[in-house]
Amino acid sequence: MDYIGEHRLPGQLGHFFIVLSLIASLVATVSYFLSARSKDEIDAGYWKKLARYAFITEAVSVFAVFGILFYIVHNHLFEYKYAWQHSSRSLEFKYILASLWEGQEGSFLLWSIWHCVLGLILIKTSKKWEAPVMSVVSFVQVFLATMIAGLYVFGEKIGTNPFILLRDSGVLDNAPALHANMDVTQPLLPDYLSAIKDGNGLNKLLQNYWMVIHPPVLFMGFASTIIPFAFTIAGLWKKQFGEWTKPALPWALFSAAVFGVGIMMGAKWAYESLTFGGYWAWDPVENASLVPWMVMVAGIHTLLIYKHSGHSLRATHLFFIISFALVLYSTFLTRSGILGETSVHAFTDLGMNVQLYLFLFAFLWLPAIAASKKFNGLMITLGTCIGLLVTTYVCDRTGFDLFNRPLAPILALITLLTGIGFAVYHIQTQVPSIKKEESGSSREFWMFIGALVFFLSAVVIIAQTSVPVYNEIFNMKKGAPEDSEYSYNRIQVFVAIIIGVLTAVTQYLKYKGTSTTYFLKKIWVPTLIAVVVATLILAFGKVNYEKKSVGFMAAIWVAVASSVYAIIANAAYIWLGLKGKLKLSGGSIAHLGFGMVLLGILITSSKKEVLSNNNSGIFVPLGGKEDPKENLTMLEGVKMDMGRYYITYLKDSFEARTEKTFFNIHFERKDGKENFLLRPYSYITEEGQQPNPDARHYWDHDVFTYITSTPKPDAIKDTATFKTNLLKPGDSLFYSKGLMIFQDVDTVNGLPDHIAAILGPEGKLYRASVKVFSKTGSIFTITPNLALAKTDMIAVPDTLTQEGLILQLRTVNPDKSVELAVKETDAVLKFVTLKAYKFPFIGLLWLGVIVTALGIIISMVRRIQLNRGKNKE
Amino acid sequence: MKKIHIVLLVLISGAIAYLISSFKFASSTYDSIAEAKANPGKFVHIAVRLDTLAPVVYDPIKDANFLSFQAMGVDSADQKMQVIYRKGEIPNLMISERLVLKGKYENGHFECKDVQTKCPSKYKDDMKAAEKNVQKTTEQSEPAKTL
Repeated sequence: MDYIGEHRLPGQLGHFFIVLSLIASLVATVSYFLSARSKDEIDAGYWKKLARYAFITEAVSVFAVFGILFYIVHNHLFEYKYAWQHSSRSLEFKYILASLWEGQEGSFLLWSIWHCVLGLILIKTSKKWEAPVMSVVSFVQVFLATMIAGLYVFGEKIGTNPFILLRDSGVLDNAPALHANMDVTQPLLPDYLSAIKDGNGLNKLLQNYWMVIHPPVLFMGFASTIIPFAFTIAGLWKKQFGEWTKPALPWALFSAAVFGVGIMMGAKWAYESLTFGGYWAWDPVENASLVPWMVMVAGIHTLLIYKHSGHSLRATHLFFIISFALVLYSTFLTRSGILGETSVHAFTDLGMNVQLYLFLFAFLWLPAIAASKKFNGLMITLGTCIGLLVTTYVCDRTGFDLFNRPLAPILALITLLTGIGFAVYHIQTQVPSIKKEESGSSREFWMFIGALVFFLSAVVIIAQTSVPVYNEIFNMKKGAPEDSEYSYNRIQVFVAIIIGVLTAVTQYLKYKGTSTTYFLKKIWVPTLIAVVVATLILAFGKVNYEKKSVGFMAAIWVAVASSVYAIIANAAYIWLGLKGKLKLSGGSIAHLGFGMVLLGILITSSKKEVLSNNNSGIFVPLGGKEDPKENLTMLEGVKMDMGRYYITYLKDSFEARTEKTFFNIHFERKDGKENFLLRPYSYITEEGQQPNPDARHYWDHDVFTYITSTPKPDAIKDTATFKTNLLKPGDSLFYSKGLMIFQDVDTVNGLPDHIAAILGPEGKLYRASVKVFSKTGSIFTITPNLALAKTDMIAVPDTLTQEGLILQLRTVNPDKSVELAVKETDAVLKFVTLKAYKFPFIGLLWLGVIVTALGIIISMVRRIQLNRGKNKE
Repeated sequence: MKKIHIVLLVLISGAIAYLISSFKFASSTYDSIAEAKANPGKFVHIAVRLDTLAPVVYDPIKDANFLSFQAMGVDSADQKMQVIYRKGEIPNLMISERLVLKGKYENGHFECKDVQTKCPSKYKDDMKAAEKNVQKTTEQSEPAKTL
């Protein structure tokens, strides 16, 4: 059947390219595999050539898929579910991009695109490592292609196709108006598309410029972890254990920089707009992306140890493997729906859990399979791997119970862990290591301790985050602890202490061993400065975090001191150790930046201050004494007392194009030194409001505010009525909150032309002036009007919002006495409720992130140059 | 034994000890309303629905922080309890299909420390909400077509 107005071609093309990319990545995997295996050089060259063509085809297909999807969304082809679900006609151009990666399919696509780009660079640069490394990259691409394949194999659906038509997606099945005879059992009307005028649009919360740039950067970070992993696999496979570290190092640095920036962009977004009341909440989604980054950083450090001393090669293997495995695990966590109620991010079950699990399974076993020695070893590894998978599958299908608990989920976990176990075994038995012990005064010893602490910290974080997974596997119902953030902070503060001191000291140690005199000579100056600065900060900075135990506050103090030490010692090392050569000091700059990040985190979270304490004195709070009273209600135009400020809600304004309601909040320092305006806004719908904060930035702190409540238009019913009073000029009248005096009434002369035109030549406009003396001591003048136009009388009342007073002029007599109607009601009250915080030194955190990334990039550039120099020789 | 092995042992056993202690003592459980009532003072997570028939008390002009409403079980509407939340208005409370409350049952009400709302509008992939949306837009467009 033909439907009117459908554009079928883009979807068909798109799906063709998806299938093509799947096949091409399969061909690339197999040919790269054969090329890497082949002992005959000509043969290997032939396979490599084929593989390259296949990979380039794959890359082109993925770009084509992305381009077509963009075309569909950009042209509002709502016959496609993706366009209908994620976009709308009114969406600005930049948010069209955002709506592309809002959906799960789009974000898989984004990930896949970065793999293509990185893969193409690898083809160009990785020389003899190309074949084994690219077979791993192509293999990942096979899995990513299946995620959006939307193919049916033996009745099982594989992946979700982003090009599915709206009418095939089931959305329209229950809309009678779109079916013949208004009956949903009947076929769709041929012109059904004309009834679908607009799409669902992009969630208002996501209409933010961070949504345009954060996902691409974060996904580039995700994608880049594949390269150190692929080099590790290549080394294990070709049994060239240390050699791969040279080309892998710049890539690992690249990954750490991009991934780190991507994560912190998310933090900045959360801080700026999502009103979680901060930039980091230890949310499962945040943790899941932080942890692979931490392990990647640990891997970089052990790799450097290996380069300079020959130690820690096994740990490097393990860290790069685990970093990538954690990326896959985080994909599983966030897309399987398993997090359910534990995250502020809403995720839905894609119905692809089996597929996601297989993705994880394949790459947790790949290192073990690649490292297997000889035919027998390979058979044992493969046999265990497939055996476990099949057993799990059978248990799942038969619903086999052990001690009244389903066995399949436990087996699924065991299968994954056994894969890692095998990999560890192979690495332990094959990868060479130096028997001689590191000296306690050597750089490598303390670097390794640092890497280990960082790694273990990551393990603890992911173990705490995985509670919903244990619930699923062991059929428990554990929730997060009472104070979830504290459960992370109380252990991570010690990690911060150790890492801070180690980053400060370790640079001053030499590889292989340091003489005590050299070390002391170099380090005493920065240590002394750090001690003085830290003491000053702690003495005068009022870093008092009394919410928890004294011990925790002491730990924060030590951590502040140790991060100050990290900053100063690393800054000093650029001159003391490296003589100011910036090209060489990437490491010091990165550590300096990291020290700033640590200090920024410690100070912002321990000194975050609520400004909007409800102490207005007008309204008596009802709660107990320990309850947080962080919301402050302000009436329009009424000056309120808020800590260091007087604040006034001046007015609100609606911006029709963006559907934002802005609230102008005026801040006035009590010492009179400063005035400023903050304009937080909200999206107000009938369902409620979604706030977006505004902040004023200072070099040492931010004042940050957002709206938490606005009046509901229909919630307050206006039941009060007008009472009429006959008044002469000078007469006074009481109302519930004070007194008013009717002063005078007069006709208004010199009316603007358009008003004069309405009134006509005979028309008149009377204006009464009434002075209101409120009990609070304020005096106001209000001026109700009465217009006389030919035969009509139009009263134009005036309202005094603060007093809840409406005055209406009913009649004006020749002797200037008037009939004044008075109404007192709460319905005229315009108010907003807001929260305001002071975040001290938040700028230090963002600056620290930039400095860290710059430092890592400087190192990366230097490593690339070193590698090139070696190749020339 | 090498120095590094000693450090390794200390750190790893520290991490494991921490994890075990944090799971054993500090963590809470997902419970039902009945279980929360049976264990007053115990910190729990409860998934509930808002009882839309009972009034939601929130008057920002009186107290911008006090919010009270009636909750009922997700599957069992007969289980009910009064909830008090002292952190101001909960965005999207009225439209959320499900709430996850974190807090304790004490003194005849549930003292809620934290709330997570699960809204249909957040679930962009939720086909039920999407279907409703389609029905709405098509209903709106119907009269225009007949004209």
